[in-house]
Amino acid sequence: MSDHLYVGKSIPRTIEIDKVTGRAVYIDDFKRPGMLYGKILYSDYAHARIKSINIAKAEKLPGVRAVLTGRDVPDVRVGFLKDQSVLKKDVVRQFRDEVAAVAAISPDIAREAIDLIEVEYEELPAVFDPVEAMKEGAPLVHETDARGKPLRTNILPLPWRFQAGDIEQGRRESAFTVIDHVSTTWVNQCCMGPSGCIAEFDMNSNLTLYNQTNVIFGDKGRISEYFSQIGLKGKKIRIINPIVGGSFGTKLDTDIYEFICIQLALKTRRPVKILFDREEEFRALPPRQPARFTVEQGCDREGRLTFRKIEAILDNGAYTSWGATTPSVMMMPVSSLYRVPNIYYQATCVYTNNIYCQAMRGYGNPQASFAVETSMDTLAEKAGIDPAEFRMINRNQSGDLTPMRLKITSCGLEECITSVKEKIGWNDKKGKRNGRGVGIASLIHVAGGARVTLSDGHGIMVKVDEDGFVDVLESGTDQGQGSPTVISQIVAESLGVRPEDVSVIFGDTALCLWDAGTHASRHTFMAGNAAIMACEKAKKQILEMAAEYMPRMIKSDFKKMMKKDPEFVEPELDYSLISDPANLDIRDRKIFLKSDPSHPHFNMDINKVLRRGLHVGTGESRVIAAEAFYDPPTETLDRELKGNLSMTYAFGTTGVEVEVDRDTGEVKILQLVAAHDVGKAMNPTLLLGQVYGAVYTGVGYGLTEEMKLEKGKVMNPNFLDYKLLTAMDVIPIKPVIVEPGDEAGPYGAKGVGEPGLVPTAPAIANAIYDAIGVRIKDLPITPEKVLEAIKNSK
Amino acid sequence: MKKVSVSFTLNGDPVTAEVPAAWTLLRTLRENFEFTGAKEGCGVGECGACTVIVDGDAVNSCIFPIPEIEGKSVVTIEGIADKDGNLHPLQKAFLDNNGVQCGFCTSGMIMSAKALLDKNHNPTEDEIRTSIAGNLCRCTGYVQIVEAIGMAAKK
Ligand code: FES
Ligand code: FES
Repeated sequence: MSDHLYVGKSIPRTIEIDKVTGRAVYIDDFKRPGMLYGKILYSDYAHARIKSINIAKAEKLPGVRAVLTGRDVPDVRVGFLKDQSVLKKDVVRQFRDEVAAVAAISPDIAREAIDLIEVEYEELPAVFDPVEAMKEGAPLVHETDARGKPLRTNILPLPWRFQAGDIEQGRRESAFTVIDHVSTTWVNQCCMGPSGCIAEFDMNSNLTLYNQTNVIFGDKGRISEYFSQIGLKGKKIRIINPIVGGSFGTKLDTDIYEFICIQLALKTRRPVKILFDREEEFRALPPRQPARFTVEQGCDREGRLTFRKIEAILDNGAYTSWGATTPSVMMMPVSSLYRVPNIYYQATCVYTNNIYCQAMRGYGNPQASFAVETSMDTLAEKAGIDPAEFRMINRNQSGDLTPMRLKITSCGLEECITSVKEKIGWNDKKGKRNGRGVGIASLIHVAGGARVTLSDGHGIMVKVDEDGFVDVLESGTDQGQGSPTVISQIVAESLGVRPEDVSVIFGDTALCLWDAGTHASRHTFMAGNAAIMACEKAKKQILEMAAEYMPRMIKSDFKKMMKKDPEFVEPELDYSLISDPANLDIRDRKIFLKSDPSHPHFNMDINKVLRRGLHVGTGESRVIAAEAFYDPPTETLDRELKGNLSMTYAFGTTGVEVEVDRDTGEVKILQLVAAHDVGKAMNPTLLLGQVYGAVYTGVGYGLTEEMKLEKGKVMNPNFLDYKLLTAMDVIPIKPVIVEPGDEAGPYGAKGVGEPGLVPTAPAIANAIYDAIGVRIKDLPITPEKVLEAIKNSK
Repeated sequence: MKKVSVSFTLNGDPVTAEVPAAWTLLRTLRENFEFTGAKEGCGVGECGACTVIVDGDAVNSCIFPIPEIEGKSVVTIEGIADKDGNLHPLQKAFLDNNGVQCGFCTSGMIMSAKALLDKNHNPTEDEIRTSIAGNLCRCTGYVQIVEAIGMAAKK
C-alpha cells in the first residue's frame, strides 16, 4: 500500500483554484440571458384558511412578468408523502407556506411586487407541540391524506418500529436498568451559500434547471413526476450543478422553491432565478428535526448490555420531507451502537404547525446518539462502571452481525476508545466533580454507501486525450467536501497519471451516469470505487495501444539515431515482452515493463503513445474512454427494517474535557479528542477538514445552536440571534485517525463526511455531568439550562 | 431611483460607476463590475462573506453605502494575485492547507486575513482569529483557515 504516489497524500486543493480567486460560479453568480428574478410570498399564519388573494396591484407593477397563486398552477401534490402543493390555495399550515410568487425583471421589483399582494386569512386553531398534537381532539394539521381520505390524527402513517430479540428477556437478565428522557431541537444547516436555482425552458418546453441539489438524478426524477402531472409529460429535463456553497442536508429533497421557479419559467418563457436571502434560509428551509426520546437500557453485573428500548417522538412540522425518514437512520445507533442483544424501537412522527423538517449532516444519527450515549453514561454510573470501560465492554467488533443485520467488517472502535482515553488523560481527570470533567461518546454510521433507494450506484466516465490528460464525468455534487481533489488523486493513482492531469466535471444529468446522490458520507467510497473500475478499463485500452505501438516506435527511434550517428548500434531487444499488454503498466505518466520497471528502453511517456495511437487514419483511429457503474451488493431494509444497508460502517469516539462555570453556566471546552476509523485516509489534510468542520457543527449542536420557534414562527432568523460558532470559539481539537483499511473501500477508504458531528454533543453533555454532577438531557446545553439544572439539583 | 456617480480605485484601476444611490458597495461590485468574488451570505453585516478591503481596512461591503466609496481604494479577491497571475500567499495557503471547502466564505476570509497581514507580518493565533471573527464558516471549523493564515504570514 505504501508505494502509492497520490492516494494517502495531502495533495493541495489546487484543482479548486477558482474558489480562492473569486471565479467559482455559485448560483448567486449565475446569470442567463433575459433572466427574470423570482420571489415568494409566505404565509402570515401558522394555520389559517386563505379567504382571498388580491394580486391586481402586483401584476400592474411595471417590470413584473408573472404573479402566480395556488389558483394559477395545477393543484399537484409533491413531497415525500405527497402532503403539500406547490402554491397553497386554501389552507396554510405553517409560516413558511408558499402563498404566491412573482417573476420580475429585477430582484427589487420582484420584492416590491410581493409586498403588493394582499392576502386575507381566517386563522385556524393550531398545534405546536407534538405530544399535544397526538392527543385526541387536537387541531388537525391535515384534514385529508394525499388521496383525499379524511384523517383523524396528526400521527404520520410511517412504519418506524423495530424489534430484535426479546426486551422482557433482556430485562430479566439485567442487574441494572435506567430510564432517561432526552430531547433535541431544530437546528438550521446554515450553508453559507444561500439556496437558489435557475429554471429555463426552451421553446420545446424542455427544461434546464441550474440547481444546487446533491442528488441530481433524484431531483430529475421528482421533477419528471411533477411534469407528468402538469401536462409536460415526455418533456426533457436536465439538471446542472453550479458550485454549491454548502449543503449539509438542505439539498437532498426537491424544495418547493424549485417547483415554483419552474412554474414561473413556464409561465414567462424566460429563465427565472430564485435566490434565497438569509432570512429565508432560516424561515423557509426545512431544518434538522427535533426529537424527544425515552431511553431505557439494562446491563448485567459484568456491564454487558442486556436490552435497549427507545421510543421517539419527532416533530414533523406541517409537511413531510426526508426529515420523516430520519428514524431509519436513527435505527442504526439505536440497534447497532455497541453490542445489544435485545432491542425495541419505535419512532412516531407527528404533524404540527411548526416548520417542516429535513435532513442535516448525520441525518437522525446525532439525535439518536445523544439519546443512546446519555443513557450509556447513566447506566454505567448505576452499574458502578467507569463510562469509558463500560463502552469498551460493549464495543462493536469486526465480524459482528448487529440486531439490524448490519455486517460489521472493519471496525476500529476499540482503538478509538483506547486512544481517546489516553489522549484526554481520562484516568487522571474523570470523576473529580471540581468544575472540570471529561466525557466520552462513540458513533456508528454508514460509510460504504447506504441503500435507501433501489439503486445505490454511482456511475463514472473517464476519457483520456492525446496529452494524457483525463476528463472525469462524475455524477456527484461538489458541495465543498473536496471530491475534485480526492477523485483526481484516485484517478491519477489508478490510471497512472498525475492529479494535475485530471479534470473533474460534476453534477450534470445530461453528461453523467446515474448516481444515488452525494449524501450519507458515501461519495468517496462510491465514486472512488467507480473511478477505479473505470480507470482499469481505460488503462487496459492504453496498454493495448502501447503494446501495439511501442515496439514500432522504439525501433523507429533507433533508426533515427542510427541516421544521426552512424556509430550507434541498435541494441538487441525482446520486443515480444512489450507486445503483450499484460506485461505493461502505467505509473506517473510512464508506460513501463512490469518485470523490469527500470528497463532503459522499454518505457515511454503516456502522451507519446497516445499521440501516436489515437488519431491514425481510416479504420485505425480510436478513443480512450471508459465508464463504470459501481452498485455494491448491499441490502435495502426489509419489512422488519433489517438489512445490511452499507458495505461498511464508520466508527469513532469523541472525548471532551470541559470546564463549567457554576456562576455563569458557561461551558468551556478545554480539549476535544476525535478518533475516527476512516478505513484509509485518501488525503489526510482534507480528511481532517471534514473532522474539524463536523466537530464544530457538533459543538454548536451541543452548546449554542437552536432555532427558536414561537407558535410556529422562527424568532431568530439571522446570525445575530442564531449562534453559529465563530473563529473566536477556540476548540482545541486533537484528531486521531485510525486506519484499519476496509476491504470494500477504494484503497481501503470509508466515508467520513458526517461522523465527526455525531458523538460530539453527547460527549460534551457527559463531560458536563462529570464536571458538576448535573446531567442535562436537552440540547443545546445553554448557560441558562446549566444554571437552571444546578439550581434544581440543590 | 436616484443615481450617483462615484469614482474610486478598484484593484488598482481607476473606475467610475453610475448606480442607484441606495446600492451598497457589494451590489456595485457584483452587478456593475461583475466582480462576483465577494458574496452575499446575509446582506446585513453578520457573516463576512462580502468582505473587501477599503483603504487598507476589511469592511463588510454589503452594508457599505456606495456614495461613501468616492475617492477610496477598493481591493477585492480578484485583485490580490500578482500581475503575472501568481496567487497571493494567502490564496496558495488556503489551497495547500484546506482552508477552503465549499468556498463560499473564502473570498471574505482571505480579504479579512489580508487586511491583517498587510499591517502585521507576524500575527499571533489570537490576532488571526480576531481578524476573521466576523467571517462565518460552516464547513471548516476555522482550524485549517487559521493555520493557513499563519502559513501565509510566514511567506
Ligand atoms: S453578506 Fe455582508 S456580512 Fe454577510
Ligand atoms: S468553506 Fe464553506 S463556509 Fe467556509
